[in-house]
Amino acid sequence: MNLTLKIWRQKDRNTTGEFVTCQARNILPDMSFLEMLDVVNEDLTRSGHEPFAFDSDCREGICGTCSLVINGIPHGGQKGATACQLHMRHFRDGQTITVEPWRAKSFPVLRDLVVDRSAFDHIIASGGFVSVNTGGAPDGNALPVGKVDADQAMDAAACIGCGACVAACKNASAMLFVAAKVAHLGLLPQGQSERYQRVVKMVNMMDQEGFGACTATGSCEAVCPKEISLDFIAQLNRDYLVGCLKP
Amino acid sequence: MNPLAFLFRTSLGKKYLMALTGFGLFAFVVVHMVGNLQFFLGREAINRYAYFLHSVPELLWGARIGLLVMVGLHVWTAIQLSAENRAARPIGYKRKKALGSSYASRTMLMSGLIIGCFVIYHLLHFTVQVPEVNFTGKDFHDLVDAEKHHDVYQMMVTGFLQPWVTLFYIVGVGLLCLHLSHGVSSLFQSLGLRTGKYTPLLKSFGFWMSWVLVIGYWSIPISVVLGLKK
Ligand code: HEM
Ligand code: FES
Repeated sequence: MNLTLKIWRQKDRNTTGEFVTCQARNILPDMSFLEMLDVVNEDLTRSGHEPFAFDSDCREGICGTCSLVINGIPHGGQKGATACQLHMRHFRDGQTITVEPWRAKSFPVLRDLVVDRSAFDHIIASGGFVSVNTGGAPDGNALPVGKVDADQAMDAAACIGCGACVAACKNASAMLFVAAKVAHLGLLPQGQSERYQRVVKMVNMMDQEGFGACTATGSCEAVCPKEISLDFIAQLNRDYLVGCLKP
Repeated sequence: MNPLAFLFRTSLGKKYLMALTGFGLFAFVVVHMVGNLQFFLGREAINRYAYFLHSVPELLWGARIGLLVMVGLHVWTAIQLSAENRAARPIGYKRKKALGSSYASRTMLMSGLIIGCFVIYHLLHFTVQVPEVNFTGKDFHDLVDAEKHHDVYQMMVTGFLQPWVTLFYIVGVGLLCLHLSHGVSSLFQSLGLRTGKYTPLLKSFGFWMSWVLVIGYWSIPISVVLGLKK
């Protein structure tokens, strides 16, 4: 396959970027989107040009590092999949593909397609943990957890923190991310003692980092590679209300 | 945190305010429609209803001030949040596909602002009855029925015989229901009540309520335009 790419080029955080057009030649349909970019980058390097910087790590949809908006959709629009799991067979030979970084004030572009997602780390550091005394590992079933709660906590914990929710949201809101992180701890017995302080701290940090608010449009849920449900946002709204009203 | 500070300062607090005032306004809009539909019971019924509403000025003004406060808070939070939301993405996308979101949900601010203009016009037209805005050359204050009460029935019929005025009502109410087709279920989401099995229930409640409202409100000007009510 041969494709035309319109890719975002930006030297560093302080320069304004622009779209550049380049050709992707001899692409196999079985390559992933990132492997296609690797081929493009090798061609560029061979011809003495600067390759495009993009983030990736696991390349199997579990780390949340890859972060590309492909033809206007974060991760490219394959349901429940990240950009690294998207294969070139979903594209047509000769097609033009637009590739952009996540766009949000809180996710500044560092270079080309790489954005700084430290804002998420700050949110986690503000309260996304449980304080436990370390020591010997507790017995496996010493603390019973109901099946429904366990399943829901697991669904929320599937969040890989990629930031596609922010990228897709018309308000660049991080609510789905924060909701998932609040829920997977808040649903489990270990997370109860800090439940309400946690949600207040994390939401306030989210505001401070400059993310937008939620309009419940559902775009985040639609692009989430882990298909995290909007229901967790409702749960977050409820917990935050309780947290703020608690004496 | 001080509960009031959190309502007015944090993004979620503003969303609660928006949802609570949105719910209050939604409830008003439903009651207002049911009241208006007495138009179809005839001149006497709707005029008596209007007379009843005006009979206790303390209650009338209580309700009006309550509504004004709700509109004020709703619009204030809407504008604040929209400004913050816009600031959260200074550089937009070259290509953007809106996945999983409804048209109504993406245009809440626009539909809201046009509804705001419509509400102001509506108040000048039928509440304050400024003669200059009804474009009929008549003063609605002069319309009285057999019992010497204000003839609301005649005012509606006369008012809706102006095509441009009627068109604005059709558009205004249509946008209100578009706003509510997302707003009603979203408000439960904002208040943390839309989870699990309630999600589909609340979504269809919002959907059907906006259809009921649009048909209920539209039926009056349309029946006048079609000459069914004279
Ligand atoms: C000048 C008039 C209005 C403006 C500018 C306005 C604006 C908005 C905006 C921007 C939103 C939500 C946006 C978001 O969540 O990001 C909203 C939500 C809402 N509006 Fe309005 N609106 C107006 C009038 C009304 C009226 C008259 C009603 C009811 C009859 C109403 C009912 C609602 C409801 C129920 C919500 C959902 C609240 C939520 O999502 O929590 N609005 N409005
Ligand atoms: S590179 Fe790890 S999820 Fe895509």
